[in-house]
Formats: sequence, structure tokens, C-alpha cells
Amino acid sequence: MPDDAGNTIAEARRQVEICNACRYCEGYCAVFPAMFRARSFADADLTQLANLCHNCRGCYYACQYTEPHEFAINLPGILAEVRGESWERFAWPGPLARLFQRSGVALAAATVAGTAAIVWSLSALGGAAGGAGFYAVLGHSAMLAIFLPAFLLPLVALGIGLRRYWAEVGGTRLRWADIAAASASAARMKNLDGGQGQGCNFEDEDRYSNARRHAHQAAMWGFLLCFAATVSGTVLHYLFDMPAPYGFLSLPKLLGVPGGLLLTAGTAALAWLKMQADPALGAARLWGGEMAFVALLGLTGASGLALYAATGTALVPALLALHLGAVLGFFLTLPYSKMAHGPYRFAALLREAQLSRG
Amino acid sequence: MTPLAEIAGRGWDVVIAGGGNAALCAAIEAAEAGAKVVILEAAPKPYRGGNSRHTRNFRCMHGGPLSVLTDSYGEDEYIDDLLLVTGGKTDEALARMTIRRSEACLPWMEAHGVRFQPSLSGTLSLSRTNAFFLGGGKALVNAYYRTAQALGVTVAYEAEVTHVALAGGRFEAVEVRQGETVARIEGKALVLASGGFQADIDWLARAWGPAARNFLIRGTPYNRGRVLRDMLDQGTLSVGDPTQCHAVAIDGRAPQFDGGIVTRLDCVPFAVVVNKDGARFYDEGEDVWPKRYAIWGRLVAGQPDQVGYAIIDAKARELFMPSVFPAVEAGSIGELAGKLGLPAGEVEATVAAYNAACRPGNFHPTELDGLATEGLDPPKSNWARPIDTPPFQGYPLRPGVTFTYLGLKVNERAEVLGPEGPLGNVWAAGEIMAGSILGQGYLAGFGMTIGTVFGRIAGKGAAAHAG
Repeated sequence: MPDDAGNTIAEARRQVEICNACRYCEGYCAVFPAMFRARSFADADLTQLANLCHNCRGCYYACQYTEPHEFAINLPGILAEVRGESWERFAWPGPLARLFQRSGVALAAATVAGTAAIVWSLSALGGAAGGAGFYAVLGHSAMLAIFLPAFLLPLVALGIGLRRYWAEVGGTRLRWADIAAASASAARMKNLDGGQGQGCNFEDEDRYSNARRHAHQAAMWGFLLCFAATVSGTVLHYLFDMPAPYGFLSLPKLLGVPGGLLLTAGTAALAWLKMQADPALGAARLWGGEMAFVALLGLTGASGLALYAATGTALVPALLALHLGAVLGFFLTLPYSKMAHGPYRFAALLREAQLSRG
Repeated sequence: MTPLAEIAGRGWDVVIAGGGNAALCAAIEAAEAGAKVVILEAAPKPYRGGNSRHTRNFRCMHGGPLSVLTDSYGEDEYIDDLLLVTGGKTDEALARMTIRRSEACLPWMEAHGVRFQPSLSGTLSLSRTNAFFLGGGKALVNAYYRTAQALGVTVAYEAEVTHVALAGGRFEAVEVRQGETVARIEGKALVLASGGFQADIDWLARAWGPAARNFLIRGTPYNRGRVLRDMLDQGTLSVGDPTQCHAVAIDGRAPQFDGGIVTRLDCVPFAVVVNKDGARFYDEGEDVWPKRYAIWGRLVAGQPDQVGYAIIDAKARELFMPSVFPAVEAGSIGELAGKLGLPAGEVEATVAAYNAACRPGNFHPTELDGLATEGLDPPKSNWARPIDTPPFQGYPLRPGVTFTYLGLKVNERAEVLGPEGPLGNVWAAGEIMAGSILGQGYLAGFGMTIGTVFGRIAGKGAAAHAG
């Protein structure tokens, strides 16, 4: 695989032009109908196709032109490279994306640094007077002082990247229909279903399986439930003056416990599947960073569950530091880690909804 | 890869030479009947599947909507379509049997892992008659290998059958080469599904003439006809014209082998086509391209050095499916001729004479529009617009061989015939026997129909014999 951006995009163009003359893969996913609408491919078109690709790999195993054939098609591989480079290009500030996307060590270091920061906060700031549950360990105001900027700044950075993406691919004003179409696709992971519900060719060469789609669904819905749990806690705290801790039948727990379970199980399954799959059909250079991101998400879910399970024991301070450290590391690196794939892919689905509407 | 040493001496019920669609259908049927089956595939694993790798659909009779197929397609209409392309060079009884059995094959294929998709964009004319494979022929081949291996079929790659040992008109063993290893593999029944000989350029040149050395082979380099030659040398009956092959006009820059679908070039109806001397030689607008591309294979084969050049202008650039190779482009006809290595003066004169013969009228790229030249020889009967708008584009054309017609003669039970009737325990399926039914021309998706129908018959027959 070529290493610099110009070569990557040129190689993607070469492969896409071969695909466009063949068209056998039309039924697998949204990438091919999108490709077949064009006769020539500008860099921005390739960026859009790359972000639309969900790396299901059906097209690779069906391809009559993969190596050792001289046409050497590896469309999922080259689109993954283009995708990764596009996130680095759009990210603000860019060098951070290069660091956290490619290096699992950097991501792990960020998590450790986050944890260390929390541990320092515990000793320096301590619990709030009269705080209950984990607020007895780290007060609510201290937690807010750390997490509000750690949450908002990455969102601003991500927003800047998405605006750059939208401008490059020529996105127009969004309609409700675009949002509905993209949401329906993302909610069902339509582009991981192989076109007919049979799933991907991921963990066992050309065998179709929905394992990756289901694992990804678990991770995504788990993450969204955990996020909803946090939001519901914030709402209870400020609007209803009901601070934590919450009982099992409270909204934060009813959302957070299944969310944590889904997130932990989903990320574990995704990591296992990734170990089985051929790294050459993805962005091989980003493998370490991607794996570390999956592990970080899993750690966030698992440590949250452990923290809840440890309620009232001496383990709370240590588990709180670990959990909050993982959350902090996750948020701070969000615009630069594999997490960026979610928002970018959603943007690609939105743009595809616009383009396919004609 | 299973080494030959692990295969020899294991008492096979059914030995299958070849690893494409017909071989796999035979293997699955035989294994489901309880037979112990080995597939001997000459290609390495990435190239397994013969020409089936490059296919994309299956022509199927059906009385009503069936899977992805719309409406109905009856036996009589199907046989009429076949007779039209073969000019009557077909064994009608075998052809009708194949057509009738195709209907039950589609659900069988689905039950054995094949997935279909609605007709691809640009092929809507086939949505009633041809069921397209999701992902194309390699996906079908992959699915069948999975199914066969789950049924316990053993597969050896890079294992080329070099000789069939017959004794008293019966198969005893095959001799197989795998790299440096040679082995003799015995079995109770043999299915020959190892394709035609189109990848053996020397054989093509002997059959067709030296011009064949300039032909490109669209499909697998592994169809070298070793088994076919060996069987014919041992006196089995042949069918099909030994001198003929099916060739279409493709992009002249395609690789020598295995270029497949992407090397097709659909611009001829909107072009003038000249030979290496810059002269036109045939009516480019005689009919719509799907009905003419095969004729153009022979036409180009008949020109000096077996090469032609299609020249279009900016008006025609987007009227045909994109080619995998970019067009050669220039600002003038003379410059384009130079870039294509053609004599500029002759090409300019040819285009000027053509332009002068064009007449005003309505141009319809998707139908016969009758927009013809006047007083030009040869004429251009449709889509004749002046080539006058730069940039001008050129594509080289060469004959691309799809398959050969010479094959083994079989009966309706897929049994290979010798001078005294069927050999006792040898069946054939796929391209190696397709000449019985396709004596001339080609009907899209019918090769896969022959392979599937005869592969299944052969597999069942071989298993019944062995059991």
C-alpha cells in the first residue's frame, strides 16, 4: 500500500475505475451504486466513497481481480486507507489525529494520563462535604470542572472536522429526509448486511456472517445507552435536584447497566473478530490504533459496571479513578481516534442520501 | 493445499477433473448421494473455478416470477433464442432437456449457497431471462466450494489431470501432476469438467491459423485442454468445430489472459473503426452492440495483425459503459492517429470521407435510429454522426477468446461416448462438452446453464455407479 496521501488517492482512483467497468458487486452495499453514478472520480468523490464503505469485505472475496491478478484489486483495503487519511486531513489540530489513529500506545498513554489526572484530583480536591456515593470520593463540582471542557472541546474539534468533510464532498443543506435515510441505515448497520441480510465476509474469509454487524450494533447501542444514562443523570441533578447515587430502578441505572453490558460485550466481540480478520483488507497501518480504541471503549463500559458493583466497598476510589480516567481519555481523543469514524460515516450516509435522491 | 500424496490410494468413489461450476455441481450432487469425492483443480486456490470466475448470470427457464427473475420465460422462447445464435448448430433434444431442467436448478443453486441479485445496471434487457449472481461468478464458486467441503469433498489445487487411464473402455485412474509431484489416482467413476482448450495458444494457432497468436484470452489461463486432447487421442467421440472459438472484440490493451468483463469495449456503434492501415472494413452501425460484439471479434481477427482502432469524438464519450483503460486522446484526428501508431494521412482521409457521407437526422443512441451514411463503402447504417468535435478519442481493439467449441460428445445422461457407445464410468459436464449444444455463437448465461444441468446429472450418475 502506498504511504503518502497523493499515492493513496491515485491508487484508489485506479481501483475504482476498474470496479466501475465491472459492476459485479452492485448488490453488496451503497458504495457501488454511488460509484456507478459517475464516470470519473475527483478526490472528493473518492473521499465520499471511502467514508461510505463499512469494510464488510464482500466485494473483496467476490472479486476476480484480487492478487495475484495483475489488476491487484483490494477495494476495502484502499478505501480504508483513504478513509483514515481523510480523517487525519480533516481533524483539527491534524497532528493529533495522526498520533492517536495510528498509535495504540498513544491512546493507552492518554488513558493512563487521564487516570493519573483523576487520581491527582482525588487527592488534591477530594470528595465534596456531604457528598454521597462516588461524590464522596470526588465532588460534583470538581468532576464538572474536569469533564465539561473535556467533553465540549473535543466536540468543537470534531465539528470543525465534519464541516471540512461536508465542504469537501459538496454537501448541501440537510433535509429531514436525508437525516431519516441516514439514521435508518446507521441504526440497522444496513451496509454491513451484505445486501441481503447475510452479513459480512470478515472473520472467516468468504463465509458470510452477521457476527460483526451484531457486535457493532451492541457496541453502538451500548455506547448510546451509556451516554443517555449520563445525560439523564445530569438532567436529574440539575432540573430535579436529584444528585447521585441512583438506585437500580432509576433512569441512569436502567439505561447505564444494559448499556455498559452491551458496550463491554460488543467491544470484546469486535476485538476478537478483528483478531481473526485479514489486516490487509483494512488500513493495516491503523490496526494498532483501532484495536486500542476498541479496548478503551470496552474498558469504559467494564469499569463503569465494576464501579457500580463495588458500591459501598473500599474499591470505589480505585475503580472511580480507572473509570473516569478511561472516560476522560476517550473524550479527549474522540476527534482523533477511531471514534471519529462514527460521525464521519454518518456524514457520508447523509451525503449519499442527498446524492441518491438525485 | 492438499498434497497429492494424501489423495492417492484412498479409494475414491468419484474423481472430478476440473474445479469450476460444472465440477462443483457434480461434486455436491455426488457427495449428497453419499459418494467419497475428490476435486482435482489445475489452478491455484486464488484462481480456482475456471471461467466460472468471470461469469455473472444463469439463463433460466421459468413459468412465472422465480427468485430475482421477472415474468416468465418458456421452453419454446428459450430454444428460439438459442437457435437464433447457433444458426441451428445444436443438438435440439439435448438443448431442450437442458432448458427444461434449468428451472429446477435455480432453487437448487440457492439451496447450495448461491445468492442472486436483480439484473445489474445496464443489463435490464436480461432481467427476465438471466438471474445474476450477487458478487458475480467468483462468489458463486466460493459458495460451492464451502458447500462441497462441508459435505466432505476433498479438494486438491494446482493438481492438473494429464492423462486418463482407460482399460476396455472404462476409466481406471487419472494421472495427475502437482508441481514436481506426479501421482496416479484411482476411482470408481470419473467426471470430466476441465473446460476447453482456449488457453493453449499453440493449439489455437494450429486450429485457427497463425493469426491466433495475436488473440487475447478473456478467461482463465488454466483451460489448456489437456484432458480433452487426451480423451480424443484415445478415440472418444468429438463434437463441435475443432477450428472455431468464440471471440469478441475487446480493448487491445487487455492482459493476455484473464482480463474478464472489464476489458469489454462498447463504443463501436458510435465510432468509425479502422485497421492498422487507417481503412474502415465493416459497418459499425449494423445493429445494437449486444448483437454485434461477437461478430467484431472475427472481423478484427481478419484484419492485418489482428488489430482495429475505434475512433470517437467528444459527442460520443459518455454513450457507452466506461472502459477499464483510458482512451487515447488528442485534439485532432491526425494527432490521434499518431498517438495510436496509425498513418495520419490515411486516417484523416477515412474520417473525412465518413464525415462527408453523414446526413442530418435524429440520433438515438439506445435504438436503431436509421441515421445512416450515404454513398460510403462500407456504409454505417445507424448512429452515423460526423466525427468532428475535439477532443477525439481512440481505443485499440483485439479479438478476445471466450471459449472453444470442440468438445467431448455426451448423451442426455452426460455419459462420454466412444465409438461403441457410452464409456462405462466416465461423465462430462461444462465447457468440455458444451459444443454438443452450442455449435456456434453464444447466448448470454447459457454456459452456466449447461454446466449446472450437466454437472448435476454427471454427479448423480457417477455416484449411483460408484454406490
